[in-house]
Formats: sequence, C-alpha cells, structure tokens
Amino acid sequence: MNRIPVRVTVNGEPTEHDVEPRLLLVHHLRETLRLTGTHVGCDTSNCGACTVLLDGEPVKSCTVLAVQADGHQVTTVEGLAAGDGRLTAVQEGFRREHGLQCGYCTPGMIMAATGLLAAEPDPPEHRIREALEGNLCRCTGYQMIVNAVRWAAAHAGETFDVATGPRQAEGAA
Amino acid sequence: MSLIGAKVLRKEDPNLVTGRGSFVDDLRPDRCLTMAFVPSTEAHARVRSVDASEAAALPGVAAVWTAADVAHLPPCPGLPGLERPLLASDVVRFVGEPVAVVVAEDRYLAADAVAAVVVDYEPLPAVVGVQAALAADAPALFPALGGNLVFEQPWESDLADVFAAAPRTASLHIVNNRCAPTPIEPNACLADWGPSGLTLWAAFQAPHHLRNKLAEFFGIAHDETRVIAPDVGGGFGAKINLVPELYLAPALSRALGRPVKYVQTRSECLQAMYHGRAQEQDVDVAFDDDGRLLGLRFMVTQDNGGYPDPGGMGLPALTTAMATGCYKVPRVAVGWRNVVTNTTPVASYRGAGRPEATFMIERVVDLVADETGLDPLEVRRRNFIQPDEFPYATSSPLAVYDSGNYPGALDELLRILDYDAVRQEQRRNLDDDTKPLIGVGFSTWVEIAGFGPPGSLEAFGHLGSWESAQIRVQPDGSAIVYTGASPHGQGTETTFAQIAADNLGIPFERISVRHGDTATVLQGIGTMGSRCTAIAGEGVRAAATTVLGRAKEIAAHLLEADPADLQAEDGAFTVRGTPARSVSWNDVAWASFRPLDLPEGMTPGSLETSVFQQVANFSFPSGAYACVVEVDRHTGRVGVRGFYLVDDCGTVINPLLAEGQVQGGIAQGIAQALFEEVSYDPQGALLTSTLMDYLVPAAPDLPGFVSSRICTPTPNSVLGAKGIGESGSIGSPPAVVNAVVDALAHLGVRHVDMPVTPQKVWRLLEGAR
Repeated sequence: MNRIPVRVTVNGEPTEHDVEPRLLLVHHLRETLRLTGTHVGCDTSNCGACTVLLDGEPVKSCTVLAVQADGHQVTTVEGLAAGDGRLTAVQEGFRREHGLQCGYCTPGMIMAATGLLAAEPDPPEHRIREALEGNLCRCTGYQMIVNAVRWAAAHAGETFDVATGPRQAEGAA
Repeated sequence: MSLIGAKVLRKEDPNLVTGRGSFVDDLRPDRCLTMAFVPSTEAHARVRSVDASEAAALPGVAAVWTAADVAHLPPCPGLPGLERPLLASDVVRFVGEPVAVVVAEDRYLAADAVAAVVVDYEPLPAVVGVQAALAADAPALFPALGGNLVFEQPWESDLADVFAAAPRTASLHIVNNRCAPTPIEPNACLADWGPSGLTLWAAFQAPHHLRNKLAEFFGIAHDETRVIAPDVGGGFGAKINLVPELYLAPALSRALGRPVKYVQTRSECLQAMYHGRAQEQDVDVAFDDDGRLLGLRFMVTQDNGGYPDPGGMGLPALTTAMATGCYKVPRVAVGWRNVVTNTTPVASYRGAGRPEATFMIERVVDLVADETGLDPLEVRRRNFIQPDEFPYATSSPLAVYDSGNYPGALDELLRILDYDAVRQEQRRNLDDDTKPLIGVGFSTWVEIAGFGPPGSLEAFGHLGSWESAQIRVQPDGSAIVYTGASPHGQGTETTFAQIAADNLGIPFERISVRHGDTATVLQGIGTMGSRCTAIAGEGVRAAATTVLGRAKEIAAHLLEADPADLQAEDGAFTVRGTPARSVSWNDVAWASFRPLDLPEGMTPGSLETSVFQQVANFSFPSGAYACVVEVDRHTGRVGVRGFYLVDDCGTVINPLLAEGQVQGGIAQGIAQALFEEVSYDPQGALLTSTLMDYLVPAAPDLPGFVSSRICTPTPNSVLGAKGIGESGSIGSPPAVVNAVVDALAHLGVRHVDMPVTPQKVWRLLEGAR
C-alpha cells in the first residue's frame, strides 16, 4: 500500500513518518511512536480510552486518521508530566481521590478531564459528569473520578512530586 | 501507628497516571506477529468448508489455520464429550465462535486476511433461551446429549406439606438478565515459544492456574512454562476462563518460531468473552400473616451457552447455597438445571451465582411485604438471623455463616437515609401529575466470599484453594512480598504492603509487592471469588509474623537483650522501656546475611519465609443497601436519585480502596438493573455486539453514593477481613428493582425483570391508564 508522509508534533517533539493512509492516529501513537499510554478499548468510539489532545482539544484518537493529524499538535498522557517527572493536578487528583483502579481507562479520562478544565476551570459535578460522558470506566462507578476532577480544579496550576507525595489521603485517620 | 484501616494512597498509581503501565498490548517483542480470528457469523450451522487459500496468499500473512491444523491438539478443558474445540470443525454453536485463525505482520494485515477467508455454512435451527432449549422438539446442540439439558439436580422434597399448611403462599418467575462483563481492556495474550520454553503474557486473573493448564495441554514441564499477568485492565471474573486463544497463540508461536500476540477487539469481546448471569428462576414462598417465612422452593435454570464451561456449570450451586440470604427459612427445597443454547458460553461475572441468589430472595421478601401489607423493612427484621446466632448453619452445607450483624447494618442504613422523608415525598408526588413517581427499595444481603476452604476451588479445576505468600527481607532492610494473588485493579500492592508493614515494623515505603509471574512467585491460585485480602492477605500477615520473630532473635543478639522484650516499629527494634537500646531494621537485615553476626545456630538468609494460607470456612460479607428512584410518568425513564449503602466486610485494610470496590460493584449492579442486557434475535444473531448497542453506563447515568460501614470481623483469620470485591454487584440489583416496583406498586405492579428499561416501564404505565 502507498505511504504518505505525516508530520505531527507529539508532546512537543516534531515527528515525521511515512504511514499507510488507513492508519489510525491511536495506532500511529502506539505502534509507530511506541507511546503506549494511550489505550484502545473499543472499535466504535464509545469508550474514550484513546482520548488525546489535538491542538488542545480532547479527541478520540481511534476516530482520527494519522494523516489527518498532519501539521497538528498532539498531547498524550506521557506529555502531561513535565520533564522533571512532576504530575499535573489532574494526574495527582486521580491518585489522591482514588479515581482509578485497573488504570486502563485512566489515560483517556485524564486527557478528557484536562481538556475540560482548560475550557472550564471550575466545573460543577454535573458538568464533570457530562464532559466525561464519552469515557467509560468499568471499575470506579465514576464518583471518585468526579471527586478527582474537583480536586484538580481546586489545585489548578500546581505540580506534584510523583515519588514522594503524601502517603495518605486527606482527612485520613 | 498502624496502617491497617488507613487511607493509604496506592503504590500502583504513579505508573498508571503517567502512561507507564504495562498492559499486554503495550508489549511488542521483536518480530512479533498479530493473531486474529475468523468468527462464525452463524449461531448454529454445519461448516461445509473453509477456504483460506486467498487469505494465506496475501502479503504479510504468516499462517492461516483451520480446525484441521489443530487436530493434533486437545480441545479446551470442559465436560467430557462436550468440550469446546480450539477452532470449530464440523459445527459452530454460537455467533463469534472462531472457525479459523490468521497470523500476520500487523493488525491491519491480519484484518485483511480475516476478511479474505471464505466459510461455507449450512445453517441449522438455532436455540436461544432456556425455555426454547428445553422444548420437546428443540434442536439439540450435542446429539450425544439427547437434548439440551446437561445436568439436573431435582428437589429432594417438594415441601408439599409446608405449602399445604401455610397460611399464605406466593410465586415468582425471574429472568436474571445475561450480562457482558466488559472490562475496558478486552482479552489479550502474547505467546513467545522459544528453545528454552514457553512464555505467555496474558490479561488473566490466575497466572499459575493458566501455567498448570498450558503445561498439561502441551505436555510440557511447569519449569519451562512461564505465565505473566502484567497490568491487567479489569477482569470481573471473565479473565479466568480457559478460552481458545490462550492455547492457539502458543501453538502458533511454536510453529512459526516468532512471538504471536492476540488482542480482542471490543466487538469480538462482546461476542466471545464469556457472559454472566443468564439464569431463570421459578420460586415459591410459604409464609404466615405476620410475614414470617415458612418455606422456600425454587428451581434455577442456568443458560450455559454454546459450550458448558466448568465454571459456568457451578453457578447454580452458588445461587442455591445463598438463596435464603440473611433470613431464617425453616424448610428449603433446591433444584437446578444446566442448559446449552446457541449463545456465547456463560461463566463467572462479578458475583458469579450470588447476585442471582440475592436478587431472588430480596424480591421474595418484598413480595411477602406486598402480600401481607407489612413494611418491607419489617418483614426483613422479623426474619433476620440474629447477631447472637453465629456461626449459623443454613440449609446449604456450603453456607455456614461465620459472623454478621444484619439488624445492625439496617439500623445504620436508616441513620444515613431519611426513610420517612422519602415516603412522605412519595405520597405527595403520587397525586401530583407534574411530579415523577418516587420509589424506595432495599436489599439486606449476605454473600459467600473468601474462596479458601480446601476443595472450594479444586471443584473448578484449580490446584488448590490456598494462597501463597512469601516475604524476603533484603540486605538493606527493605522487603519484597510475593503473592499468588493476581490483581487487576484491586490495589493489592498497596494493601499487602500495609499488612506487611504493620506486622514487620518495616516502613510502608520500603516494601514492594510482586505478583503475576510464575517465574518469580513461588506458586499461586489467583484473584477471584473475593479471596484476595481474606486469604492471600492473611498469608502475608502470617509470613510477616514468622519473619518478625526471627528478626527479633537477631536484634536481641545484637542488643544483648531478650527477644520477648523487643518491639519493632518504624524501622527499628527497641527494648521496651529502654528506648536508647535500639537497632535499626536495616542493621538487623544486614546481619541476617553475615554468619559472624548471627546468634548461635542461626543460618544466613533466615529473614524470608513462605506460607500456603488456608482457611477453614468461607467468609460471609453482608450489608444493607437502599436505592431511591424517580420514574418519569411520560417516558418511563428510571433515574437513580440516591444510593445509600452500609457494607460489612469485616476488617478493612484501606477504607479508600474498599469504598472504591463497593462503589464500582454497585455501579455494575445498577447497570444490570437498569441498562445492560446481552440480547439475541430468535435465530441467535447477537444484537449487542458493540458498545453502541450494549449500554455500559457513563458518568451521567450513575448517582453519587452515601456510604457507611459496620464491622464484624471473620473468625476465620487473625486479620478478620471477609472480602469485598463482589459485594456491590451482589447487593445492589434488587435494591434498584425493589425501588422501581415500589414506585409502580399503586398500579398493581408486583415484579419487573431486569434491565428495567424506559420501554418496559412505559408499557406498565400505559397498561394502567
């Protein structure tokens, strides 16, 4: 099959590869660039596990062809933490509020939540639930994910040490 | 300070929130091939021919195998004569059953090859649903069986005397809807069979079990068979089934001399990952005018799908064991049947037989309340097993309840729920057409967990029912805990480090927990049946206690003190009452490897030990749930306005993680009650083969939770933990349905089958107009 050059800036790094026109962006990220933090959970764009930011907007990368991303900026979960390994408030919020169990939906949830808070810095609970409607989690029942996003909203702009964070949740005995 | 009961943040999370997790599909060894199935499009058909020639000739295709290519291999483990073949040979028995397998350089080329395989089917009449399967003229899936009934356990007595003498009786037919477990990571495995043996990475809940089965299947030795469960994206009981890909990927890797990876698509997952529930129940209850239960008689009919899975065959045994719930029922008659149909096989799904039991008995007590005019809570109270009656032997030999406080849980529930206010609003709204109908439903439930007593898992093909724990203190005083449990979201690395830290006196930060690799964990059974903390966690506690005893001997030698006078805390050993006399854990650990520093008679490397933890009885977690719903009078839509829960799982290691388990389980229970149902058309075509058709709830569909907890530790262990993984999915469905029936009771509605869709409710509302 013929191949087409695709230039995408991923997590701030310019990339250039020749790919098949049918290659999905999620497979380009996972297989060509080996950024495996972005997951695949369905084949109908329902689950949102593959959510990344395309020019800052959350998109389901299983619904975007790699060639459509040509000339654009993509941010994956690997691109959130700064080079020094510090977590964003959304990442830390998921940890503090137990917003994840198996962790498979988590990168997509974190990217969707990151996109939400960029557009709406202090969303009420019902807005968080609406905004995450396209992201399925089978483990948590969502309440703790909502709590995680609320926590992130309250700590916007802060970064957190991944290794030596607090041992216990707030209000713990 | 003790860490048992502390909301410790998870060790697992830093990897998972940064994209550094390692799931099967994230792994890609050099020269790795992709495997894909050609699934049957027919529910029941004779396979006339499979033409793979065009597919095999496509670029990048390494192999296309049909049944003839695996004729030298045994079938999947199953019931004698009814085993599932690796690839369907002469007959297909459900939509999605693989008839061929292709291997190609990548997933796109594999998909091209799948599309190029031509299968010629001769359709046969299909059987969908247990009623159709048991009809006299039903087509038989397995002619040798002489019908579709695989097993029947009849009543020992029909309790004719009880029912004849009872002041009142009532009956119910219940369809417990077929559900798709739907972990967000589907089934996945990666086989690499080289000269030194087989390594299989698998999204699986029981890697040692799989290792044993693979070695037996291929006739190879355990020491040359390695199974690794890396990060696993949810399991819910569905990732313990011995499905064909687990054997085909290794067989193809061996034949091709290259690693072979298989990752299910979601559509394949919905049609091929084994389903759960799919049970019908006919139940009769005898009771008196005061709502006291006198007798329960029921027949469970289990749909086992196209091939009777050994685990699926056992589901009715668990249903019948727990059928009387937390009530005293003087006489019980239990019967069940296992039936095959042209549908996806049915096996364990979070709760596995117990949600079906809880749904039945909790619907029955509400029915008794309805018949007698008593409040549903009053009927429950009058029939509760009392706190001073434990251990309580039920009518089932499997179920001798260990401990519990059912009235106490209900009291606590009524503390967090304003029951009177809900009833008042319900009455107000009833006469106001502009307001939704309000309903409140209860479930006071008990389940069987902690699968650990000898024999309990052997019956399902496991090597044992124990769980292994090993602790190895390192020379620098840090420690590694190895567990045979194999978590997939439970947070075991955290909770087991808490248990070990408490019992070793080594700081939590200096303890790592390893799992999921048969090459590093000595032996194991796995994580299922709410056994992880109850059995494996108790093993960690026991191992830590042994290691601590030896460490104290070394510390006492170094301090020239009596071991009995030492206490271990915060990484040091101190002589009680003389805090200045202290030696660090690090120094004790270092000394443990240096013979010249050891007490006489002690050998180097003593600070490690292995435990095969057993327990004498199951544990029986319980709780009380309430659901408040509002029903739209015009659309029939049911909205969950509030969910109130009191859980009793005995000792809680980490309340944050326990709450996560409960909320997630309740979410799945609400999903079963309101949204989810795998459905087939009468010809056996699957109508719910994507997430557009199978309704997994999203954040706006589910409520917030109001939670509380009581604690009756299990006497089975020192730790006292009962298990929590399945409680929510077991206890919640009847609370939701009881609430809906309560909202519609004024219309004469006495039962609604799950899922309670807007259409079902709308028909009930319309029928009453």
